[in-house]
Amino acid sequence: MAETAIELKGISKSFGAVHANRNIDLKIEAGTIHGIIGENGAGKSTLMSILYGFYQADRGRIDVSGKKAAINTPSDAIALGIGMVHQHFMLVQNFSVLENVILGAEGEALLNTSIARARSELERLERDYGLEVDPDAIIEDLPVGLQQRVEILKALYRGADILILDEPTGVLTPAEADHLFRILEQLKEEGKTIILITHKLREIMAITDNVSVMRQGTMVATRKTAETSVEELAELMVGRRVLLQVEKGEASPGEVLLSVRNLTVKDSRGVTMVDNVSLDVRAGEIVGIAGVAGNGQSQLLDAITGVRKAISGTVTLDGEPVDLTGAADPADLRARGMAHVPEDRHHVGLVLPFEENENAMLGYHRQAKYLNGPFLNIEAIRADAREKIEKYDIRPPDCRLKTANFSGGNQQKIVLAREMEQDPKVLIVGQPTRGVDVGAIEFIHKRLIDMRDQGKAVLLVSVELDEIRSLSDRILVMFAGRVVGERGPEASEGELGLLMAGVEEKEAAE
Amino acid sequence: MSAPYAKLPAWADYGLIPLINLAVAFLVAGLVVMLVGENPFRAAAILVEGALGRGQNIAYTLYYATSFIFTGLAVAVAFHCSLFNIGGEGQAYVGGLGVAVVCLAFDSILPWWVVFPLAILGAALFGAAWAFIPAYFQARRGSHIVITTIMFNFIAASLMVYLLVNVLKPAGAQAPQTRNFLEGGQLPKLNWVLEAMGFSIRSAPFNLSFLLALLAAFLVWVLIWRTRLGYEIRMRGFSPKAARYAGVSETKIIIITMLISGALAGMMALNPVMGDQNRLQIDFVTGAGFVGIAVALMGRSHPAGIVPAAILFGMLYQGGAELAFEMPNISRDMIVIIQGLVILFAGALEHMFRPSIQALFASLSPRSAGVEAQQGEGG
Repeated sequence: MAETAIELKGISKSFGAVHANRNIDLKIEAGTIHGIIGENGAGKSTLMSILYGFYQADRGRIDVSGKKAAINTPSDAIALGIGMVHQHFMLVQNFSVLENVILGAEGEALLNTSIARARSELERLERDYGLEVDPDAIIEDLPVGLQQRVEILKALYRGADILILDEPTGVLTPAEADHLFRILEQLKEEGKTIILITHKLREIMAITDNVSVMRQGTMVATRKTAETSVEELAELMVGRRVLLQVEKGEASPGEVLLSVRNLTVKDSRGVTMVDNVSLDVRAGEIVGIAGVAGNGQSQLLDAITGVRKAISGTVTLDGEPVDLTGAADPADLRARGMAHVPEDRHHVGLVLPFEENENAMLGYHRQAKYLNGPFLNIEAIRADAREKIEKYDIRPPDCRLKTANFSGGNQQKIVLAREMEQDPKVLIVGQPTRGVDVGAIEFIHKRLIDMRDQGKAVLLVSVELDEIRSLSDRILVMFAGRVVGERGPEASEGELGLLMAGVEEKEAAE
Repeated sequence: MSAPYAKLPAWADYGLIPLINLAVAFLVAGLVVMLVGENPFRAAAILVEGALGRGQNIAYTLYYATSFIFTGLAVAVAFHCSLFNIGGEGQAYVGGLGVAVVCLAFDSILPWWVVFPLAILGAALFGAAWAFIPAYFQARRGSHIVITTIMFNFIAASLMVYLLVNVLKPAGAQAPQTRNFLEGGQLPKLNWVLEAMGFSIRSAPFNLSFLLALLAAFLVWVLIWRTRLGYEIRMRGFSPKAARYAGVSETKIIIITMLISGALAGMMALNPVMGDQNRLQIDFVTGAGFVGIAVALMGRSHPAGIVPAAILFGMLYQGGAELAFEMPNISRDMIVIIQGLVILFAGALEHMFRPSIQALFASLSPRSAGVEAQQGEGG
């Protein structure tokens, strides 16, 4: 038995009356990769924040390398050799790699000595772990995968022996993720301990030695990865059996309902985000757009749905042209049968301080059934909301509850219920399952397939390649604002991954 | 992790927390009173006595409160759209011009009950017009409404001085004010209501516009929570992106909200101009526009909170005048200090006591903290 790097005993943490962590025991062996999985809100991040000193546990103790440790601040954690790579990078965008690495560990008032020391240290780390980054590159010029590498370097520079990675692959292409995993393997061989927090079961299976499952604030199981299966882990996470693969029949595409031609969109700085994109979506098919986040998918959706102005190009909705010049009016598009489940439900799709029933009509609030002249028909609005709650199993079933108090999955169901119940012709969906728990993912996928089978045209954008592959009838890959390839759902992950990374069509096809 | 705070029951949210904030504001104000060498308890007693002690004082308190209800509502409506209209002062000032124009034109030929609705219209129109320009710049050009509205306060002040001195002043008069309105330009007093309740009143300016203020408070509630327009205003206020997504034109909603806000601020002028002085005077607003900010903050932008908050500030104004009279060390500026403290504690530091109160509630009774609902989720 290897020695123990970290042992948590009876950790509990409450926020008010919410038990984020209840009596957690966890033992992490030194020199292993230990996965922690669980749905959103299961308490993974809270637990890691306690370990890293952001929060203090109400009860319980933490042993590091066999000794009781008092971790009250992140600097305590760093002193104990614990490093953390956050999901959202904590880097100064216009600093160089070197400057970011020494930030907070500068040493003395003048920088030149610490810079020189950091430079030689970085060279050593690069040699030892294959973590190549140009130390003088400016962060904002680096791709996301390299930025993440800088975060890892930062932790190692501070002498981390135990590295916590919080959802590290969310922003990476499959190839970048593979590269990250190779680095993690390398670190493990050098004797580092790695804690990997993720909700992707496949990653757990691919790289971890042990895996712990959390559910509703408790640690429900710890398994040796080799002795468990994806099915078992999923069941442990959700507490019941889940269908991981959506079942769907053959698509029977009909006429083109949504047609985009030569669409070009620029962002507020004038950078071209969508570059001459053309696509068609037919009735009864799901067209998936794959791509690493930030390659123009968001802007494409915004332009099609009238939220953002397009520079040039045309969009045709059910044979009728859409005016893109002044940013088409989203209200008008809705009336013409285009429903839109936006990528960012927190700021766009929902108004979180609203009561649930007020969100259940957002965007459709001009419809006569919700109004009495200029007045809101409160009775009708709430009845309508209750109906949707019932039909989409939104919990808790309380249409007067503040929307912010629903879980991510239920919030997404509120949006989906609203958009799908309008019986649209075209459904535009962005990141339908981001931050949504496994149980709700199953439900959402089923509803999307239902929509397709009812003859709707569905355009789906997701950074989850698995989701794209299991739902789509056709897959378009976006890279740097352009559609760089089209594949069928049978395309391999590797092939799509190459396209997502911008490898040319011909090379990817071989 | 998302905000790790438990939810509070509504009564604590809307009642307890404002009261605690208020109590702290008064505590600090008491320290200031001590600092100038007076007994804070005696000062408090004089203040309350001066505000509510006799019928006369109550009538004055309600007279001030009337103005504050209007300006508080004006600020609150804009708040709901996430606009900080601090131009209530100027909008009320220009609103007074609207009242005066109507009264001067019709006071000799029409009875007050015909002039009154016209004056309401005049006040609202002029106030709204004064709010329109900053609103337009905000909506179309992104010029920040806080900056523009405060500049418009100064422009309004200069404009009104010019008009009063050069246009509205009767020939030969010394004071920069209009002629006195005749009977048609005078609102009936409401002192008889208090007298009917057994108070005695010598003379006080408490007048009919108080009822109009209460009606306006009710209508603002209807507007914000019961109409489509109010729904869109709140939507834009909480989340401009969601409003854009829902097809609500930001330009339109900003301008409409500011017009309503300006109209409410303008209607404040009815109270002093038509209800009390019966002429348009220089500087008749005397800070009511700014008090409206404190009132809206304290009332949590809800009419049911704004009316009591306005009455409280009415008490401060009336009681403060008595206090300044009784305690020579304390000037009227003391009231401004208390106001400032209320704004500080009720507005800027609104969340200062919240975490500890939430922790207290959670430890007292976990159920009342209302978080179980969030956890009701599950497989």
